[in-house]
Amino acid sequence: MNKSGKLAYNAAIVIAAAAAAMGIGAIVLAAVGADIGKAYAVILTEPLKDMIGITEIVVRAVPLSLIALGIAIAFRSGILNIGAEGQMLMGILACSATAIAGAALPKPILVPLAILAGAAGGAVWGGIAGVLRAKLGVNEILSTVMLNYIAAQFYTFLLRGPMMDPEELVTGSGTPQTVRMPRSAWLDRLIPGTRLHTGVFIAIGLAIVVFFLLWRTTAGFRMRAAGAEAKAARYAGVKVERYLVIAMLLSGAFAGMAGAVEILGVHRRAIEGISGGYGFTGIVVALFGGLHPAGIIPASLFFGLLLLGADMTQRLADVPANMVLVLQGAIILAIVSARQFINNPYVQDKLSRALAKLFGRAAPPAPPGSIEACPDPSDSPDPCLAGEPGVSEEETR
Amino acid sequence: MNAGSFVLNILILGVPFSVALLLAALGETINQRAGIFNLGCEGIMAMGAFVAFLPPFFMAGTPQAPFANLIGLVLAIVVGALLGILFALVVVTFRAPQGIAGIGLQMLGWGVAGTLFRHYVGGVTGVAGIAAFPIPGLSRIPVLGQILFNHNPLVYLAFLLVPVFWYVLFKTPWGLKVRAVGTYPRAADSLGIPVARVRYQALALGGAMAGLAGAYLSLAQAKMFADDLIAGRGFIAVALVYFGRWNPVGVMVGALLFSLAQALQLSIQVAGIDFPYEFAVMLPYVLVIVVLALVRKARMVGPTELGKPFDREQRV
Repeated sequence: MNKSGKLAYNAAIVIAAAAAAMGIGAIVLAAVGADIGKAYAVILTEPLKDMIGITEIVVRAVPLSLIALGIAIAFRSGILNIGAEGQMLMGILACSATAIAGAALPKPILVPLAILAGAAGGAVWGGIAGVLRAKLGVNEILSTVMLNYIAAQFYTFLLRGPMMDPEELVTGSGTPQTVRMPRSAWLDRLIPGTRLHTGVFIAIGLAIVVFFLLWRTTAGFRMRAAGAEAKAARYAGVKVERYLVIAMLLSGAFAGMAGAVEILGVHRRAIEGISGGYGFTGIVVALFGGLHPAGIIPASLFFGLLLLGADMTQRLADVPANMVLVLQGAIILAIVSARQFINNPYVQDKLSRALAKLFGRAAPPAPPGSIEACPDPSDSPDPCLAGEPGVSEEETR
Repeated sequence: MNAGSFVLNILILGVPFSVALLLAALGETINQRAGIFNLGCEGIMAMGAFVAFLPPFFMAGTPQAPFANLIGLVLAIVVGALLGILFALVVVTFRAPQGIAGIGLQMLGWGVAGTLFRHYVGGVTGVAGIAAFPIPGLSRIPVLGQILFNHNPLVYLAFLLVPVFWYVLFKTPWGLKVRAVGTYPRAADSLGIPVARVRYQALALGGAMAGLAGAYLSLAQAKMFADDLIAGRGFIAVALVYFGRWNPVGVMVGALLFSLAQALQLSIQVAGIDFPYEFAVMLPYVLVIVVLALVRKARMVGPTELGKPFDREQRV
């Protein structure tokens, strides 16, 4: 198949997957008696109608892209990090503690320091799962899910106890939140009247860093090798376990930074419910973006739109905002199902032949070794299978 | 409160707590024995809990109300099996990576249950649920009767299913097929066992069990539905299968251990022992990690092809 044919084929698969996901969503929308067309229209276009909406999409895309970048590092290295939610919370705790304690420091020092503290908090939490996997063979999906629940409880404990704003005790309202960050720790707002903040540049900059790390450095190559085929990588001298831990440390650090940027740029204090499912949406963003920074940035904007749009459907189309979870789950299932077709040269080849026939063009000659290049399997001896005894039992069955 | 009644209280609480974990983990045992790692268990439980909750919620006060719980249970089993088949379509037919597909199914289940719940029910509402059914005679036995024979019927069912699942898995032709497709699908295939079909059947059964586990939570344990009702129990059930070394009896031991930890946590709070609430809630999750770290050698006895899709045209 030529290059443009391949592209068209892949595009067709992606469109089919998107249609399948929207189909599942449509069933649920029909079940709640909503106008399906209107609900989708609200989700996909309503946020784009004014400046506030557009900036809010970007505000959501910033933590999403950071989390997705971290998840892409982990997935590429062969470790499934489901724990971004917990890593983000630990990052928020470390970041806010640093920002509050360092209030006296000048801004150019305090802001990077607080963000790095957030990264460290997330890295520790991710690193636990990495070490457990590398040293003790603990399934990382299960351990990161459990660490999410543990982090959520720890976060609540600190916000209701040691880190609670003393003002809340004085006034007696008892809202579980920390004191407001010192001004010197804030990320500046870019457009007055909106919440768009300088974290955008951090996200874009780190996307470039991740690209260079994974595709232009030896360490990145080793991580990807460990993820693609651990046995082969080990044979080539890559210390697979070490790179698993490094990947989880980095992955956690990105989730922690996402949390740090979110509180320094948007909320300016640690509050409850801050992660808002970003950790899980980040997984969808990473997959949707093809585990590549160049795909993750647009994907994070798309899911920022989806999150905001889903909030709006509640008001405008009477569809609960949980709808966004339905779409995310359906999108994951559709993407992982579609991958089978994208990576399968046999299916790909068959389809391209059918297309070529359809448009009256001569089909390209079958590549040697492909099923089409073989004569009828009942003919013997079979030249295609010569020298490979034992592979013919499928054909002769 | 003296020490004796404190321990007794934990045991009485712990047994019914274990049922949701046990039902889901028994189903997951079959899945994993067939080579499929179903992390969507959590999402299927959420859906099961939600659909089981609907009949008693809408039929309260009508003459048919006595049958509402039964209808709810059947609904949960059917919906669970259908979601299991959906998962099979993705991971068996389309050969998608199972870990991430499971997370997708979990989000889908959470999302659908949450969306429909907000729309049709609104807020947290209780239902009458399934009442306790003390077994005549046996429940009068001092101490033991209270611990074992003074629960709702689903508790007895769950524990009766342990030997049933053991028998099915190790003593029936179908169980042998399940273990074969999970351990050496290529050999099973060459002997004419339809690998994909057996995996579909295993996932349908596993899904039905997860649905029933969810129904137990909403109808018998909490007697209500809420968005976070499942609270990671689906994932804990998956971990329990590792802990129980893919054996229904081991899984039961694990489920009891966890529920006793949970009962201990509740008893500590009730007894007024000064201990931060959040740390008590963390306990079962920490325990899962510790247990997983301790059972790593168990791989030897388990299904060796766990998590790997089978492609009969693949060259080896």
